[in-house]
Amino acid sequence: MTKRTFRVWRGDKSGGEFATFEEDVESGMVVLDVLHRIQARQASDLALRWNCKAGKCGSCSMEINGRPRLSCMTRMNMYGENETITVQPLKTFPLIKDLVTDVQWNYVQNKRIRPFKPRPRDADGQHRMYQEDVDRVQEFRKCIECFLCQDVCHVLRDRDAKDRFVGPRFMIRLASLEMHPLDTDDRVPEIRKEFGSGMCNITRCCTEVCPEHINITDNGIIPLKERVVDRYYDPVAWVGRKIFGDKKPT
Amino acid sequence: MLDVSEIQTIEHDVLVIGAGGAGLRAAIECSAQGLSTGVVSKSLLGKAHTVMAEGGIAAALGNVDARDNWKVHFRDTIRGGKFMNVWRMAELHARQAPDRVRELEEWGAVFDRTKEGLISQRNFGGHRYPRLAHVGDRTGLEMIRSLQDYGVHQGISFHMECTALELLKDGDRIAGVLCYWRETGRFVVFRCKAVILATGGGGKAWSITSNSWEYTGDGIAMAYDAGAELMDLEFTQFHPTGMVWPPSVRGTLVTEGVRGDGGILLNNKGERFMFNYISERFATETAATVEEAARWLDGDKTARRPPELLTRDEVARAITTEVNAGRGSPHGGVFLDIASRRPAEFIKRKLPSMYHQFKELAEVDITKEAMEVGPTLHYFMGGVRVDADTQSSSVPGLFACGECAAGLHGANRLGGNSLSDLIVFGKLAGEGAAQYLRGSKTPVKAPDEHVVSSVRRATEILRRDTGTNPYLLHEQLEKLMSRYVGIVRTKVELEKGIEELQALKVSARDVRAPGASQYNPGWHEALALRSLLITSEAVARAALMREESRGAHTRLDFPGERPEWLAYNVVSKKGRDGQMSVEKVARPKAPEHLAAVANAKIEDLESGLVGAGIDGKG
Repeated sequence: MTKRTFRVWRGDKSGGEFATFEEDVESGMVVLDVLHRIQARQASDLALRWNCKAGKCGSCSMEINGRPRLSCMTRMNMYGENETITVQPLKTFPLIKDLVTDVQWNYVQNKRIRPFKPRPRDADGQHRMYQEDVDRVQEFRKCIECFLCQDVCHVLRDRDAKDRFVGPRFMIRLASLEMHPLDTDDRVPEIRKEFGSGMCNITRCCTEVCPEHINITDNGIIPLKERVVDRYYDPVAWVGRKIFGDKKPT
Repeated sequence: MLDVSEIQTIEHDVLVIGAGGAGLRAAIECSAQGLSTGVVSKSLLGKAHTVMAEGGIAAALGNVDARDNWKVHFRDTIRGGKFMNVWRMAELHARQAPDRVRELEEWGAVFDRTKEGLISQRNFGGHRYPRLAHVGDRTGLEMIRSLQDYGVHQGISFHMECTALELLKDGDRIAGVLCYWRETGRFVVFRCKAVILATGGGGKAWSITSNSWEYTGDGIAMAYDAGAELMDLEFTQFHPTGMVWPPSVRGTLVTEGVRGDGGILLNNKGERFMFNYISERFATETAATVEEAARWLDGDKTARRPPELLTRDEVARAITTEVNAGRGSPHGGVFLDIASRRPAEFIKRKLPSMYHQFKELAEVDITKEAMEVGPTLHYFMGGVRVDADTQSSSVPGLFACGECAAGLHGANRLGGNSLSDLIVFGKLAGEGAAQYLRGSKTPVKAPDEHVVSSVRRATEILRRDTGTNPYLLHEQLEKLMSRYVGIVRTKVELEKGIEELQALKVSARDVRAPGASQYNPGWHEALALRSLLITSEAVARAALMREESRGAHTRLDFPGERPEWLAYNVVSKKGRDGQMSVEKVARPKAPEHLAAVANAKIEDLESGLVGAGIDGKG
């Protein structure tokens, strides 16, 4: 057991500052364990979110030594023995208190996405899809909505363009519908117009922080951008659309 | 003096408490029935405990083995539950699960596929055939996301990070729920004629558990306070395979899918010990030799299942016995080995989150080394006593579904039967509430005094100058329950546990959480203690009453199943004196056509000698 120093952001929307805590750390502990100890022993009202403590629910997102992480999956032995651990709330979303931010905006974006619209079932009442055709969709559906990708996205974080871009989380949600073998809806026009696929400049920061290792940029956002380009910037398709109208290619 | 008119009020026809699989499915049904529907959840949407479910959803689709059908699923469920299940619930569950799974697919769920493009199904403990629809080992996430993404378009009002404190009644009937917003600490009264509890279990009363912080028995305690009957609480499931190292993740679940996909259990002598623990009930359906188990894994349909896939109660007890006999692993568990059984690629594809969990939290590569595992408190078979078809409790207007309701699983739940429970009985609870509301025309109003006294009791915690630390009190409770109401129980220990619980109840009265009410986890913890204590007491008292060992309830002083106890449920409720009353209540006789199926030899069931002609009924 060793004593470790933690600097934890304390405050609410009116302001705040880092508070320093010394706490005992044992072998195998993760950052969230230490924060729980601080709650139990030193600061019972220290606000943070957590649920599963196994990297499955995406609740305990925070910025640890400057990097967005799940605190339940961040082992203390990643850091130097005397390194001070600095813990801050996600910067991209408004602060509620301490390490808890208001992520409501994400739920609003999710609701803007039109629901899944499956084709009719086969005559025997079954839906048929082949594993190789759903591998990609399943990759996107691994998302645990920790919003670390949203936190690190330059468009949302630095430019605060939340009115023009839904962010990487919802780009891959759109991709999971657009690439779903059963979905019949044409989502390309709104991916471009409503959800702002053109805003992403492919820095891949989102992919880098994804705890589920989803290849957000290369497998999700870039293919969506390509679908938009094929539809709107391909001259042959453009002429075709002028003549036949804005239909989903079959 | 607090004025109730100053407290925020929201009106709905029905309020669902909890947004896991059961709560979301219930809310979707309520909305489809035309009811104004609200959902309150302690966490953000999509974070409920369902998200942690790994292995799959049990439903007799018959996609992988065409011999499967609802009757075999029903028979497996009853036998796994040691015949304590509510027969009608087990029937409804087995019959309806396939449709509920297909419905999830219709709402966007993308399950792993068979070669023919259908929903794939995997093997699991106690299920005769590959039956669990799954997505790798993250099936719970798939379920919750599918319900969430469908649900947000159904006109349901979601009230996130809102904790229910108390059910409000007008006379005998439900009239609303008092809640508080975690973000602001402000109170809100939901006025509604029907409430559906979907709050899960109470595993957080034990120190080694797979459950998250939300599992504090809220629904069980609120129902108890409102006068509802609780049932079967002595049956608490210890999942055989939780992580045992490092200490901070002790209890975290290791999916049964590891064993379903070929994993074996070994003691420190390298012996595959489960062959020594095959009980008479399962002997004819379990492989007798390592060789036969190997043939089963290779797909030989004449071979019987390996003993690692016996029901959870049997495996958990076997592991405990091995560890107590000094044959455990270095950190007090046993070894779970899939590395020597399956190629690394297979393991990473079928068990990706187990691979990451061990790699990142324990620095163990499960494609190369064995895992160390041991029992962890996982699930409550007991809960609110409900009517099988409507999920109605004994309080008019109060419904319960999912883990917080009792009956489907009897004395032991089969893996995979929980996710199917959620969607089958979530829907039925929604139908039940709608039916109740159609027949309940007179308006209800909750008495103001009840709201005032509850709010006062909650806010006093913030104002005290001195008092008990809620986190430390919770820790004391966890130690107490682990020590006295653990996997193996005795009269002496249970009585000692109940006695110490009374002392904890007294210290909980002056629990203190300083600070503002705005997002104050110390205060939240203090408020949850009441539910934890009621739930713990109900478990301990029921465990003391049941003088036999059956399923997940093991009494060292009463070994083995006692036929006379099969005739009774243990039912608890709040007595007139405010104390917990616990009694033996006779179970209704099993319907003949169902008993015939449950007792049939598997060959006779499959050949149609038994159970033919009941497919259409019910």
